[in-house]
Amino acid sequence: MVDIWSGLVQAAWLVGTLDAELLEIALRSLKVTLSALVIASLIALPLAALLAVRRFRFRRTVIAVLNALMGLPPVVVGLVVYVLLSRSGPLGVLGLLFTPTAMVIAQVVIIVPLIASIAHQSIRDLWQEYHDLLISMNVTQGQKIRTLLWDSRRALLTAALAGFGRGIGEVGAIMIVGGNIDHATRVLTTAIALETGKGNFALALALGFVLIALAIAVNLAIHALSRTEREGRW
Amino acid sequence: MSDLFPVRLEAARATRRGRTLVGPVDLELDGAGTTVVIGPNGAGKTTFLRMLHGTARLGGGRIRWNCTTEEARHHQCFVFQQPVMLRRTVMQNLIYPLRMRGMSRGEAEDRARRWAARVGLGSMLTRQAPVLSGGERQKLALARAMITEPKLLFLDEPCASLDGRAMREIEEILQEARAGGMRLILSTHDMGQARRLADEVLFLLHGWLHDRGAGPEFFTQPATPQARAFLNGDIVE
Ligand SMILES: Nc1ncnc2c1ncn2[C@@H]1O[C@H](COP(=O)(O)OP(=O)(O)OP(=O)(O)O)[C@@H](O)[C@H]1O
Ligand SMILES: [Mg+2]
Repeated sequence: MVDIWSGLVQAAWLVGTLDAELLEIALRSLKVTLSALVIASLIALPLAALLAVRRFRFRRTVIAVLNALMGLPPVVVGLVVYVLLSRSGPLGVLGLLFTPTAMVIAQVVIIVPLIASIAHQSIRDLWQEYHDLLISMNVTQGQKIRTLLWDSRRALLTAALAGFGRGIGEVGAIMIVGGNIDHATRVLTTAIALETGKGNFALALALGFVLIALAIAVNLAIHALSRTEREGRW
Repeated sequence: MSDLFPVRLEAARATRRGRTLVGPVDLELDGAGTTVVIGPNGAGKTTFLRMLHGTARLGGGRIRWNCTTEEARHHQCFVFQQPVMLRRTVMQNLIYPLRMRGMSRGEAEDRARRWAARVGLGSMLTRQAPVLSGGERQKLALARAMITEPKLLFLDEPCASLDGRAMREIEEILQEARAGGMRLILSTHDMGQARRLADEVLFLLHGWLHDRGAGPEFFTQPATPQARAFLNGDIVE
């Protein structure tokens, strides 16, 4: 109980004084996860639309694999990305291991299946509704996909937020590929793990509160943005 | 630009999972006037229209337009029995088909305003289409189809949920379009409407083209006992 209280006090103190180290870590967390989110969305959303619209041979298999990958343990992803990026690995020459870029790559791998699966479900429902009309209007495949993505944008936003939540709170994979190096790859979650290990519960808790606040703030911000185009809802 | 008509159906069948829903139909339709498709529920009117339009699977036979199928598709529109509303505003629904064909936004919006006024939706341009009433949806669907000025327009029970006045207005628009050279093929359960609009009647029964006749004569002297029974409102076997 005392720990939680002192954690809160310390969190308030760190935030109130704009503690330089906290700021650096929090910003890095945001930067890594937002970068991963943008890249993952660019991959996952068109993929989800394509899976809804196109009938190809392995469509069902791809969907099943995506759904299975949603539950992929992040440590395993971390391990695989580590092996790929390590000096002797196939992408070793890029020298990306233990950099923020490596962390972004790992997070992209983790959240693409999540965003794609959630997005696919709502795009598929919308496609069922629009199918006859768009077929009748003889629109091109690209126009179809753009129409579906645009008209299900609210649901896609929710999918992206779920991806953000998973990314910002993830620790296993980025610990492995980032290495939790001070001033280089340390982010909120890895810092929490470190401070907890050292027995600095109050500081760890403080970081935890900042992490939660950050996640809530991003959610609220995006919802507020989407609500500026105030229209009917479904 | 070549004409779509005449179009020839040669033993055309619409199938679903191996089951024949409509046909085989042999038929030639030429390029002017309004064809009204009638028949009891489940007779295959919707399926027949879709087959001709090219959105129902052709399980056999062929449909030959006077031009390429591609061209034919480009010049036809379909108004569904249950109108599909894009989850957008009325205005955005109206400009959608025009924008997809590459028309500039300004020009498309001008046209959309004219059409909205014409079907009585002029004051609802900024409303979300999915919250419209059933009748308003049908009017919007009609305007969204006619706005591209197709040469051939399919209408599947276009007045099913319209009140008397709206129905008259819609029929007026359809008559005008017909006079302007638009080919109309529509299904209806309203025999009064069928009488008013039909230059030609197709009577479907159990997926067969059972009877075919010219407008007024069909209603006064139906050739088959089944058609007579249907027009009298009796049970058709
Ligand atoms: N996708 C489908 N799969 C299976 N059967 C279908 C399908 N579409 C239509 N049918 C069947 O084909 C028959 C004809 O249906 P259709 O909708 O063309 O009738 P309709 O004449 O338009 O009827 P209504 O007057 O009720 O609109 C019906 O028995 C229907 O159950
Ligand atoms: Mg029908």
